[in-house]
Amino acid sequence: MCLAVPVRVVKRLEGDDALIDAGGVRKQVSLALVPEAREGDYVIVHVGYAISRLDPDEALKTLALFAGMAQSPT
Amino acid sequence: MKYVDEFRDGELARVLAERIARAVQPGRSYRFMEFCGGHTHAISRYGVTDLLPATIEMVHGPGCPVCVLPIGRIDNAIALALEHGAILCTYADTMRVPASGRSSLMRAKAEGADIRMVYSAADALRIARENSAREVVFFAIGFETTTPPTAIAILEAERAGLANFSVFCNHVLTPAAIANILESPQVRDIGTVPLDGFVGPAHVSCVIGSQPYEYFAEEYAKPVVIAGFEPLDVMQAVLMLVEQVNDGRHEVENEFTRAVTREGNTKAKVLVAEVFELRRSFEWRGLGEVPYSALRIKGRYGRFDAERRFGIVYRSVADNKACECGAILRGAKRPKDCKVFGTVCTPENPLGSCMVSSEGACAAYYTYGRFRDRRAA
Repeated sequence: MCLAVPVRVVKRLEGDDALIDAGGVRKQVSLALVPEAREGDYVIVHVGYAISRLDPDEALKTLALFAGMAQSPT
Repeated sequence: MKYVDEFRDGELARVLAERIARAVQPGRSYRFMEFCGGHTHAISRYGVTDLLPATIEMVHGPGCPVCVLPIGRIDNAIALALEHGAILCTYADTMRVPASGRSSLMRAKAEGADIRMVYSAADALRIARENSAREVVFFAIGFETTTPPTAIAILEAERAGLANFSVFCNHVLTPAAIANILESPQVRDIGTVPLDGFVGPAHVSCVIGSQPYEYFAEEYAKPVVIAGFEPLDVMQAVLMLVEQVNDGRHEVENEFTRAVTREGNTKAKVLVAEVFELRRSFEWRGLGEVPYSALRIKGRYGRFDAERRFGIVYRSVADNKACECGAILRGAKRPKDCKVFGTVCTPENPLGSCMVSSEGACAAYYTYGRFRDRRAA
């Protein structure tokens, strides 16, 4: 139930709905909980609802952290 | 950036493994609980334990929504369909969870109960619209990730005046379960489950934020590192936990900053607060009755509450005696300590709930062959 991977917002549809791409599989989900998400953004979707938008800058910082190239985040 | 492959990179995993190996102090052992079944799954699937020094042990927690649902609640759901004639809409995960008398939602469906698997609460609403002459009940389960969509469904049902829709609410709360584990005699007094820190939930924290864990870090002097569900996330969190233990710190750190903030998802939290309130107590499989650990529908939305509408009475039912799910969910035992693991109890024919869901510790061990542990006794 929690095993959701980040998916890309392909197109915003009517109301809160959006078409997303999950590794080639397209599906309609709701962005009601993440209204700020735009086309091209990656979001985490649970049971048909996006619950978080992924921050690309923070993702890069975390990848640098793995390699030991940055300070610990807070 | 696709947020997947980058966080599964084998080269980086080796770099992290070396850094963890350098960080552990000789003569010291480390026991960390990953609360979430999502982490348990990642650890098993990617063989994270094989990359960790032998002095680090990962203890699996109760964060698997299907696993912690007690038998009595499944019995209630079956009764809604069989005795009250409702269309019961459920997430697929619950279909094979064992109920009383060797039943399950799957078997009840075979016996003629109208039970339908749905992907989302919105699908249950659609079924209610299409079957206005029937009662339609959504079997709502899960932690803080699945609760906001249930709140949206109830608000939408009210807006649309859907008189035949209700929700059988079984939503549970992560912080209450962590507190219960930390308060348990096994952790506090006897020391049979000594824990040095927690890998904090990934997606639950997207909703509730990192703030709720600050209390545990402070009150119980245990470090918490919130981590994403990819293998490198887990390894980085382990490194951060080792460093906290070495330094004598107990803070909340956030490894999953790409998705989790301190406040979480405010919009989701407001919706949940509008529709739900705390239950005084709720039974968890493995943990027993846990005070203020679950939600129920507020009186204002009472007509959408299946428990009120159908007068549901909860009866506690003991687990199968041979099944060790309870102890496994508390972190007191591991799947291979269970006599029926992989023999009588398999994912195809589960005896206990931990073998049902892909997030369950037993299913994760079985699926990825972790029961053939190199450290197996």
